[in-house]
Amino acid sequence: MKKLFEYIGRYFILMGKVFSKPEKRTIYWQRILVEMQALGLSSIGIVAIISVFMGAVITIQMALNFESPFIPQYLIGYAARESMLLEFSSTIVALILAGKVGSNIASEIGTMRITEQIDALEIMGVNSASYLILPKIISTVIFFPFLTTLSMGIGIAGGYVLCILTGAVNPDAYITGIRYDFKPFYITYSLIKSSVFAFVITSISGFFGYYANGNSLEVGRASTQAVVISSIAILIFNLILTQLLLM
Amino acid sequence: MIRADHIIKSFDGRIVLNDITAEFTPGITNLIIGQSGSGKTVLLKSLVGLHKIDSGNIFYNDICFNTLPFAQMKAIRKEVGMLFQGGALLDSSNVEENVRLPLDLFTNMPMDEKRDRVNFCLKRVNLGNVNHLYPAELSGGMIKRVAIARAIVLNPKYLFCDEPNSGLDPMTSVLIDNLIQEITQEYNITTIINTHDMNSVMEIGEHIIFIYKGEKWWEGTKHDILHTDNQELNDFVFASAMAKRAKAAEQQ
Ligand SMILES: Nc1ncnc2c1ncn2[C@@H]1O[C@H](COP(=O)(O)OP(=O)(O)O)[C@@H](O)[C@H]1O
Ligand SMILES: [Mg+2]
Repeated sequence: MKKLFEYIGRYFILMGKVFSKPEKRTIYWQRILVEMQALGLSSIGIVAIISVFMGAVITIQMALNFESPFIPQYLIGYAARESMLLEFSSTIVALILAGKVGSNIASEIGTMRITEQIDALEIMGVNSASYLILPKIISTVIFFPFLTTLSMGIGIAGGYVLCILTGAVNPDAYITGIRYDFKPFYITYSLIKSSVFAFVITSISGFFGYYANGNSLEVGRASTQAVVISSIAILIFNLILTQLLLM
Repeated sequence: MIRADHIIKSFDGRIVLNDITAEFTPGITNLIIGQSGSGKTVLLKSLVGLHKIDSGNIFYNDICFNTLPFAQMKAIRKEVGMLFQGGALLDSSNVEENVRLPLDLFTNMPMDEKRDRVNFCLKRVNLGNVNHLYPAELSGGMIKRVAIARAIVLNPKYLFCDEPNSGLDPMTSVLIDNLIQEITQEYNITTIINTHDMNSVMEIGEHIIFIYKGEKWWEGTKHDILHTDNQELNDFVFASAMAKRAKAAEQQ
């Protein structure tokens, strides 16, 4: 328990360093663009693949659950859309990105720590925490909502493709369903979550990487911890944000 | 000039540096020697402020470095170049970007001028046509040389080298040693070099401090080191075949 508080304390001290005033802004802009490419653009593929399959699977499951003459078919499309919008495209996608992006960040920064690259930056008078972590935070906080939006579109499209291919649901009913009782705020809610999750993943993974020490085993451990702890943090923040925004 | 005044450093209650006092003058190569684990790296990192010392003082000229507020410490660090044991080049940047980084951060030079300066420093360490290679594509000796180029790009007043020739073949080691010595004399830099390599000691040991189990055990030059009656130093020195031969040759 004492250890937990120690971790949290050190996390906030590190965030203090990360968000202190940068020495030269132009350098940061370049780094943000590089990180957008490395952490954001490169994740489009995996997000698209997962979303299309999940959209299809959710539609099948809804079709099975709603198999009754008393329930109109369009509700299947409606339920699939709500699942994607509310939960899947933000939370599940974030959990997957915690695995991909989180381990990437923790192992990259951890390796920099044990090979003295961070010391080298410090000697040059660079605020290494800010130089390494801030561009990653900014680029993911901006980019993850795009990934979430993309996931919503592709997931719903995946459900539609399934309707056409298998005929499990009437495609016209599905279209009616996904347009039924649409609440734009659900999208806002999802995008807010996605940005918060981006911050959680990047800052926690950066933290574990930054304080790695020793050898490659420690970097491996830091990377695992980064994924596990950011996943748990995502679930906790999901609960808190849902309570705050939807209740 | 850098002066360490009774510095003590411990990790979790275990004392690693015990009451070290030493003075390092500019223009000559100051060596810190000792076995692996004796505390050389910790001493070097304490001198540049990467480790916080428990007690004692560190002076850069007449400024007490270890008590400076962070902003002023940073100002001094701009005059410090450091060569890390593994080179510590940024993996995600190529050679030119690595050497240019200090210029990007701390000067307002136009790009052309920065390029010229980078090429000048690379040439100074005898490297050409490597500007667009990444650290992963370089050999150990080239990495060390790029790291030296990066360390001198801002014309440092102080240069710290942690085992500059560990992992290098004997010929490249001598080249690197001589290079550091030349640069030191040329720009009158205060240079401190960690090493456990007797070849370096005999080559460039103008001022030598021997660290034994975290304590300063002996101080002198490469001329005295073969004639000391300090037992631990003798064990260290004559563990190397090279030193044995040098002594034998002298006695003939
Ligand atoms: N960050 C650290 N935390 C705890 N102990 C350390 C740390 N760095 C070095 N030490 C210990 O300090 C001692 C001296 O290490 P070091 O200065 O690296 O030796 P060397 O002379 O080989 O460079 C070693 O016993 C090492 O275990
Ligand atoms: Mg060492």
